[in-house]
Amino acid sequence: MNRKTGQKILLTGIIFLLLFITGIPSAQAQPKTIILATTTSTQDSGLLDVLLPIFEKKTGYFVKTIAVGSGQAMAMGQKGEADVLLVHSPAAEKKFITENYGINRRLIMHNDYIIVGPAGDPAKIKRVKPTSVAFKKIASEKVLFISRGDNSGTHSKEREIWKAAGINPEGEKWYQQTGLGMGQTLNVAAEKKGYTLADRGTYLALKKNLNLDILVEGDAILLNIYHVIEVNPAKWAKVNAAGGKAFADFMVSKETQGIIKTFGIDKFGSPLFFPDAGKKEEDLGK
Amino acid sequence: MELIFEGIKKAFWLLVSFDPEVMGITLLSLEVSGIATLISLLIGISTGVTVALSRFIGKRVVVSLINTGMGLPPVVVGLFVTIFLWRNGPLGFFEILYTPTAMIIAQTVIATPIVMGITLAAIQQLPQKLRLQILALGATRLQMVWILIKEARLPLLAAVMAGFGGVISEVGASIMVGGNIKGYSRVLTTATVMETSRGNFDIAIALGIILLLLAYFINLVLTQIQQKERPR
Amino acid sequence: MNEHLPILEMKNISVSRGGTLLLDISSFLIHEGEIFSLIGPNGAGKTTLLQTLSYLLKPFQGEIFFRGKKVETNHSVLEYRRKLAMVFQEPLLFDTTVFNNVASGLKIRGMKRGGIHVKVIEQLERFGISHLSDRSARTLSGGEAQRASLARAFALQPEILLLDEPFSSLDPPTRDSLIEDLEHILQQTRTTAVFATHDRLEALRLSNRMAVMNEGKIVQIGFPGEVMNHPVNEIVASFVGMETILTGKVIKQSGGTFVTSIEGQEIEAVGDVHLGETVVLCIRPENVTLSTRSSQEGTSARNVFPGRIVKIISLGLYQKVHLHCGFPLVAYVTNHSLEELSLTEGKEVRASFKATAVTVIRKGES
Repeated sequence: MNRKTGQKILLTGIIFLLLFITGIPSAQAQPKTIILATTTSTQDSGLLDVLLPIFEKKTGYFVKTIAVGSGQAMAMGQKGEADVLLVHSPAAEKKFITENYGINRRLIMHNDYIIVGPAGDPAKIKRVKPTSVAFKKIASEKVLFISRGDNSGTHSKEREIWKAAGINPEGEKWYQQTGLGMGQTLNVAAEKKGYTLADRGTYLALKKNLNLDILVEGDAILLNIYHVIEVNPAKWAKVNAAGGKAFADFMVSKETQGIIKTFGIDKFGSPLFFPDAGKKEEDLGK
Repeated sequence: MELIFEGIKKAFWLLVSFDPEVMGITLLSLEVSGIATLISLLIGISTGVTVALSRFIGKRVVVSLINTGMGLPPVVVGLFVTIFLWRNGPLGFFEILYTPTAMIIAQTVIATPIVMGITLAAIQQLPQKLRLQILALGATRLQMVWILIKEARLPLLAAVMAGFGGVISEVGASIMVGGNIKGYSRVLTTATVMETSRGNFDIAIALGIILLLLAYFINLVLTQIQQKERPR
Repeated sequence: MNEHLPILEMKNISVSRGGTLLLDISSFLIHEGEIFSLIGPNGAGKTTLLQTLSYLLKPFQGEIFFRGKKVETNHSVLEYRRKLAMVFQEPLLFDTTVFNNVASGLKIRGMKRGGIHVKVIEQLERFGISHLSDRSARTLSGGEAQRASLARAFALQPEILLLDEPFSSLDPPTRDSLIEDLEHILQQTRTTAVFATHDRLEALRLSNRMAVMNEGKIVQIGFPGEVMNHPVNEIVASFVGMETILTGKVIKQSGGTFVTSIEGQEIEAVGDVHLGETVVLCIRPENVTLSTRSSQEGTSARNVFPGRIVKIISLGLYQKVHLHCGFPLVAYVTNHSLEELSLTEGKEVRASFKATAVTVIRKGES
C-alpha cells in the first residue's frame, strides 16, 4: 500500500505540474486584465482589432474581449463577470443603469441598420417610410423574413420595429428565427430569398457574396447606437473598476474617436461607424 | 464547390507562408488538446485499470457512470466549468476563466471519461486468469498492471486516439471557457466558428482543412505505434 | 528424496468464499524432488489448493511453510512466489513472440538480458519449439502454446512447479506427446512438481504420490498404486475407476475368503472381515469377463453370474458394457470381442470376475 500511495502522489504531482506549466503563460500575459463584454457584430466589424492594440500598448492592460450576444453581455455585467460593456441595445441598457448594475454610460458611436431583401422585392418595400410600414407590408404579403432571434442588439431593434408596426410575427410561418450571428443570418436570407434586418457594417463586408439589395435605410428608428458602460464595482468587489474606466475613457478620447471616424473607408469606400462621443442621444439622426 | 477550392487554395497559402496568426492558432490547438489528452491519459488509464481489476460493492454503478461520462455533451461540460471558474464562482479566485488553462481543464473533463471507459473495457476483456499467471511469474502489483496495459495496447491506443480526437475537434466548451480571444485563447475550432459566423467561408474552410491535416498526422503517428511490432 | 524437511508444508488451511467452505485441509506436505498429483472431480478444490499454495488466493486461514520458514509478510510472499512457477490449463501467453514469452518470467524477476537469452534458447530446445522462436504467440496451435507456457515456467528453474490441469484442453495425441516430454524433463531436472488433474491415468503415469480430493478435503493420500487399488471409500473408489460399487452384508466367512449378499446374489471376495459386517465391494471393469458359453466350466473365477446387457458405450479403443445381473455390473470389452461374441443391448451373457479382483472397503458393524 505504500507503493500505491506513492504512485498516487506522483500522479497528482505530474498533473499539477502540467497545469502549472500551461498556467505560466496565462499568468504572465495577465499583468492587469480587463474583461470587455461586447457583441459579435461589434467584434466582427474589426474595429476592436484596430483599437485594442493601441489601448493595450498605451496602458499596459490586457483586454479579454468576450464577444457574445447583447443579452449575454449584459448578463455578464449583471453578474460582475465583466468589467466594462460595449453594447448597442439602448432599452436594455437603460434598465441596466436604473437597476444600478452599471455606471457612467457614455455614448461612443453609431452606425445604422438596413432592411435588405431579394432583388425582386416581392413585398415592394423599397424606399418605404417610415420603416414600420415596410414591416407591415412584409407581414401582409407574408413574404419570408429571417430574424436573428438571439436577443442581440439587432434582434432588439427588429422587435422595436415590429412593435412600432403593431405586429407580432412570432409563430407565423413566414417568420423564421435562426439564433445565429449576423453574417450567417444574412447568408440564410440570401439563400432563401428572404428579407432581414442587418447592420450596415456586416452587410458591406459580405456584400459581394450575397444576392441581397438594400431596400430601406436612413430612418431614425434604424439607428444603431453604441454606448460604453462600466460595471458597477459597488455591486461586485472583484470588478476591475480602474481598468473598466480606463477603457471607457479611451473609447471617448479624441484620438480614438478620430480612428472610428475613418475606420472602413479604405476597405468599403464608406466608414462603418460615426463617432458621437459627447453628443446627446436625441441629437443623433444625421 | 468553388468555395471548397477557394478554401483549399487559402489553406495551402496560409500554411506555406507560415502565416503567423494561423501558426499561433494551430500551435495553441496542439498545446491545449495535447496537454488535456496527456492528463486525461494519466487519470483515465490509472482509474480504468484500477476499477477493472477491483471488486467492490457498487462497481456496476461506477461503471455505468463512466460509460455515461463517455457521452458527456462537451457544451454542458463547458457550461459547468464556466460556472465554477467565474470570478464569483467557487474557484473564481484562481482567475483562470478565459485562459488556455481553463480550456485544458474543460477538455480534460471531456476526454477523461472516454479514456477511462475504453481502458475499463480493454482490461476487462483480457482473459481472467492472465492476471494470476502474471502474478505467478513473480510480478509485483505494479509490474502486473504494466504488463496488462501492454497486453491491451491495441484498444488502449485507440483510447488515446479517441480522447485526442474528441478534444482537438471540440468547440462548444472551448469557446465558453476560453473566450476565443485573439492571439491568446483562439484555437482552430473556435476560429473556424467565428469566421463562419462572419461569413468568411474561405478562411473557415481553410482552417477546417488545417485542423483535419493536424488530426490526421497525429493519428498517423499513434497508429504507427499501435500497429508496430505485430510479428507474423 | 530428502527426508529431513519437507520442501512445503501447509497447516490448518481453510478457504471460504461467500459462505461456502472451498478448502479444508489440516495438514499437507510435499517432499523435495517428488511429483505429486491432486486428483478429484471438478469442484473438488484442486485449483483452490494450488492457488492457495502459491498465495494467489487470499485470504485464507492457516499457515504455509517453505523449507521450514513461514510465509507471511508481503515481502516474503513475493520472495516465495519467485521460487515457484505455475502453468494453467490455458497457455495464457502474451501478445508477442514466443521468445519474449518464454523470457517474460525471467524479465519480471529482474534477470539481465544476456542471461535471459541463454536460458530461453535452452528451454525452447528442450521443449522442441526452437523453430517457433520468432513467431507471434497468437499463431500457435494448442500444443505448441502449452509447450511455450511450460518452457516459460521451466526457464525460471522453480523450486516447485505447479500445474493446474495443464493438458485438459489438448487433443489426445498432442496430450500424449506432451506428457511424455514433460515426464522426461521432470526426471531430468529433478523438479519438485504438484499438478492437478481429473484424469487419473495421467496422475498414475506421472506422479510418485497422489491425493484424492473431494468437496474441499483430501480424502486419501498415498502412492498411486495404493490409492488406485485400495480406495478408502466409495468416493475414491469411483474416482479411481472402479465402476462397480456395491454395498452388502457379510453372510459367510472362512479363512480369508468371505461371501457378501447383494440383491439376492452371492459375491465372493478376499479380506479380513467379520460376519454381519457391512462392506462395500468395488470391481474394476477391466477385471470383468463376458462370455456367451452356457456352462460354467474352465474358469477359475469364483464369481460367475448370468446377466443382460443394458447398455453399450463406445470409448473408442474399447467398449464399456453395462450389465444387470441382479446387481449392476460394468465390464470393458475390446471392439474385437464385441464383434466376435455379437454383443448387443438386450443380449443375455455371462459375466465373471475373480474373488481376488474385488476391492473391499470395510464399513464396520451396523
